[in-house]
Amino acid sequence: MLAGNNAQMITTSHLTKRFDKLAAVDNLNLNIEEGEVFGLLGPNGAGKTTTINLLITLLKPTSGTATVNGIDVVKNPAQVRKNIGVVFQEPSVDDLLSGKENLEMHAMLYSMPGELRRKRVEEVLELVELTDRKDDWVKTYSGGMRRRLELARGLMHHPKVLFLDEPTLGLDPQTRQHIWKYIARLAKEENMTVVLTTHYMEEADLLCSRIGIMDRGKIVALGTPKKLKHEVGGDVVIIRQDGFDRSCLKGLKLVKKVKVEGDEVFLTVEHAHENLQRLLAAVGKVKSVEVREASLNDVFLKYTGRKYREEEEGAEGGWAERTMHAESQRD
Amino acid sequence: MSELEGIYAIWLREFRVYLREKERAISSIVSPLLWLFAFGTGLGASVAIAGVNYQLFIFPGIVAMTLMFTSIFYGMYVIWDRKLDFLKEVLVAPISRRNVFIGKMLGGVTDAMIQVVVLLILAGVLGIPVTPYGALMALPAMLLITVCMTSIGLFFGAVFSSFESFQLVMQFVLWPLFFFSGALFPLDNLPGWLASLTYFDPLTYGVDAMRGVMLGMGKMPLEIDLLVLGIFTLVTIWMGASAFERMGKI
Repeated sequence: MLAGNNAQMITTSHLTKRFDKLAAVDNLNLNIEEGEVFGLLGPNGAGKTTTINLLITLLKPTSGTATVNGIDVVKNPAQVRKNIGVVFQEPSVDDLLSGKENLEMHAMLYSMPGELRRKRVEEVLELVELTDRKDDWVKTYSGGMRRRLELARGLMHHPKVLFLDEPTLGLDPQTRQHIWKYIARLAKEENMTVVLTTHYMEEADLLCSRIGIMDRGKIVALGTPKKLKHEVGGDVVIIRQDGFDRSCLKGLKLVKKVKVEGDEVFLTVEHAHENLQRLLAAVGKVKSVEVREASLNDVFLKYTGRKYREEEEGAEGGWAERTMHAESQRD
Repeated sequence: MSELEGIYAIWLREFRVYLREKERAISSIVSPLLWLFAFGTGLGASVAIAGVNYQLFIFPGIVAMTLMFTSIFYGMYVIWDRKLDFLKEVLVAPISRRNVFIGKMLGGVTDAMIQVVVLLILAGVLGIPVTPYGALMALPAMLLITVCMTSIGLFFGAVFSSFESFQLVMQFVLWPLFFFSGALFPLDNLPGWLASLTYFDPLTYGVDAMRGVMLGMGKMPLEIDLLVLGIFTLVTIWMGASAFERMGKI
């Protein structure tokens, strides 16, 4: 959970990045504390990757400042790079090198001394359970194994902050869960600050101690997953009933919001599971009823006024254009 | 100089990839042989230049071509590296861009030099009378050509972001550099304006230097060739290194 008194590991102040007229990152003010697993959640084009690229010194901000571990990303990028590990969105391990060779190259680029290097290579290989495949060319690895190798590589030089840009993009659901397990473990065992971007609600909910929801270059909501979901105001009860009449809910304080779409009625209700009986008693005979606990999806909807469509599972891999649909879509 | 190890790491990666990517090596050795045969033997059957068999005359030119094509193509592979996120891994490491460039450049030079050694051995087998002494004397020119061309390739690789631009470089840089370097025909009989253009082609000096030490047919003294080629090379190194420093800071 949120570490109260820790030092700020990442700070941004009025951080802005424009591409022509479009502000990909728009006046961003963000603080991430040491030891947090922080998630940047949002649809494609929200500015998550641009934010990461600014923090890892691959892009220069148009205006504003940012620091990582107290070091300014514009004034001293070389020093920042020593403090960070990055797992990129697209594959970045070398196909024609073995897993071990990839890690060794990384260690050399970070000037790790020989003794430490050998020890650390074995250590991280162990951590992501690739020890028995370490001498095989990466070419022969599965998508999930590559991802694990990239995770291992990101950790090699004991970075203060590990950046993960869409760590499970394009992986099948099973592999994704596997990767989640590793990330959760890494954060704990290596005791480092993790910043990840994702457009999977589930991923953010599961892994992150704190989430910033990003839309159009801005953080529109910030907090623990629990707090964010609470802010939505409760669970959603969906009732199908012909000729629904709003007046029947009069006096029922537990109902926060009512929305009617055809014969479907969306009710935002506090503690829906406990209060369902009372609710139905007031509404009368219904065709069907469904209770949906508040999700980050609802949070997103609340703050952006748009529904959020997750990528179809593994359909087109990481390269696919992923689109955000403004229109309402049923889950 | 803790970055020396980083340079070594990048070079080692390139070298390993080169050894393991057989297709690249094979294709770059097949095409010069094809030129040597089709052009050298074909045209050589009816043409001799300054009393020298044509196949022999163009041999230094074919060596230069092998070096140039291998080197420039190698450099433009950076576009591929950037399409994937491979290059980013290097760019976020605490090693300066200039040294990333140096490591990459050395990798390309190694590839091209291995290629040319193979070509020289094959030439010996095929009965082209180039002495080991001549080949050895041509080494400085070969190295300079490779460094120069790899730097040009890396420059384009860093500046361009699509494979389509590759075609442009082929048409507007590679072929003209090759054709007007005297690799395939002597430059003496060209019209004046064209002849003066050839002086702005670094490959002209490389070809002349090699033809001088291999066949004794150099137009200019070896020192002048190497000096001018050296200056071109320094300029292209600077261009390449600066392009790498700017890369990614859009």
